[in-house]
Amino acid sequence: MIPAAFEYVRVSTVDEAVAALAEHGEDAKILAGGHSLLPIMKLRLAVPSVLIDISGVQELSYVRVDGDEVAIGAGTRHHELEKSEVAQAEVPLLPHVASRVGDPQVRHKGTLGGTVAHCDPASDLPTALLALGATVVVQGPSGRRSIPITEFFLGFFETAMEEGELIVELRVPRTGAGGWGYEKFTRRENDWPIVAAAAVHLPDGSVGVALANMGGVVLKASAVEAALAEGRSIEDAAELAAEGTSPSSDMHADAEYRSHLARLLTKRALKVASGETGASTAESTAA
Amino acid sequence: MQVSMTVNGQQRTDEVEPRTLLAHHLRDNLGLTATNIGCDSTSCGACTVMVDGLTVKSCTVLALQAEGSEVTTLEGLSTDGELHPVQAAFRSEHGLQCGFCTSGMVMAAVGVLADNPNPTDREVREGLEGNLCRCTGYHNIVQAVLKAAESGPAAGQVPSAKQEVTA
Repeated sequence: MIPAAFEYVRVSTVDEAVAALAEHGEDAKILAGGHSLLPIMKLRLAVPSVLIDISGVQELSYVRVDGDEVAIGAGTRHHELEKSEVAQAEVPLLPHVASRVGDPQVRHKGTLGGTVAHCDPASDLPTALLALGATVVVQGPSGRRSIPITEFFLGFFETAMEEGELIVELRVPRTGAGGWGYEKFTRRENDWPIVAAAAVHLPDGSVGVALANMGGVVLKASAVEAALAEGRSIEDAAELAAEGTSPSSDMHADAEYRSHLARLLTKRALKVASGETGASTAESTAA
Repeated sequence: MQVSMTVNGQQRTDEVEPRTLLAHHLRDNLGLTATNIGCDSTSCGACTVMVDGLTVKSCTVLALQAEGSEVTTLEGLSTDGELHPVQAAFRSEHGLQCGFCTSGMVMAAVGVLADNPNPTDREVREGLEGNLCRCTGYHNIVQAVLKAAESGPAAGQVPSAKQEVTA
């Protein structure tokens, strides 16, 4: 399979990327790692007339502490996040989840900004970012603006980004040694999650919980978070994990089974985050 | 558009359509047909090559994305007729059946050993999660990677990268 013909533009700075987006309009797409975009172009589900390649934009590749937050450049590749000592020390949920994306070859190319912009409801890292209460920093013709991640994922492959904008940075709180858990249920190790749950103890004392593949976008498990805030037990709170979700039925699982997985994986992730149990391994994920 | 890259130590500059995939560029323009295209959808890993020392699936990379890079395919692993340690181990352990996945599997294995020179059986299996063997011949493949690891750090290196180190 070969994508439909397009014009290719290589840029080396964010300003050049913004200028190229302005010049080429809505038919242009940003190419970072290409591991979400090129597959859908090969299937002709996306037929952009211009690709703006930002993979050479050095200023988008970093992981650093900035005040109370960790700032991560949108061009940071999954394997770089996985190996980042800053990320491992300051927000260990993220490098762990990065290590669970796809396979090594995919992680060598895929970028954090790319997976957020793509907005697939089954994505690992957007689920973790949602649990963390991340901020998405975008840049467009009128400069930079920050969007809370809770307002970023609008619908199936639809984000709050305006035309002409691209993601430049993701900001997350420094959770340090605070507990976290990520439980992902797949049929094969390198698959997308059938359902996944992320749980993380946040610096303000709350617990963030989010779910992958339980609706048209990655979702906050708001009822679980509220129950935990009221002091209810992990078992009781996790029973509410499927509330407010709209899971689909497909060849892998029907909606009822997905709801069961959401409750089970949320319970496991919360228990791992609280130090009650160890993380599930490939051998012990039977659900 | 013009694209330049170093492939197996040789500088190559060619004219390509922007939509040309790296796998097609290597096979059709450069005649390097060891790189197989299996699923064509980033799943099977048969098209795995190294770009700047990291494994990628060349069916999901544009040739233009490898501009200025150092690319290594299976053809570039052996030096002076001598098999790379991973190739030698795949032969001695019979780490293949039909052979279709082998070139990608060998490249992925070099990548696994570059990242982790002394992997456990489990770590080899996890490291090769992106490569499928449709004969299901995984047991001997894993044995071959473990055997290659015994030959030391050379098993995780590609010849052109070695040149860089000594230069």
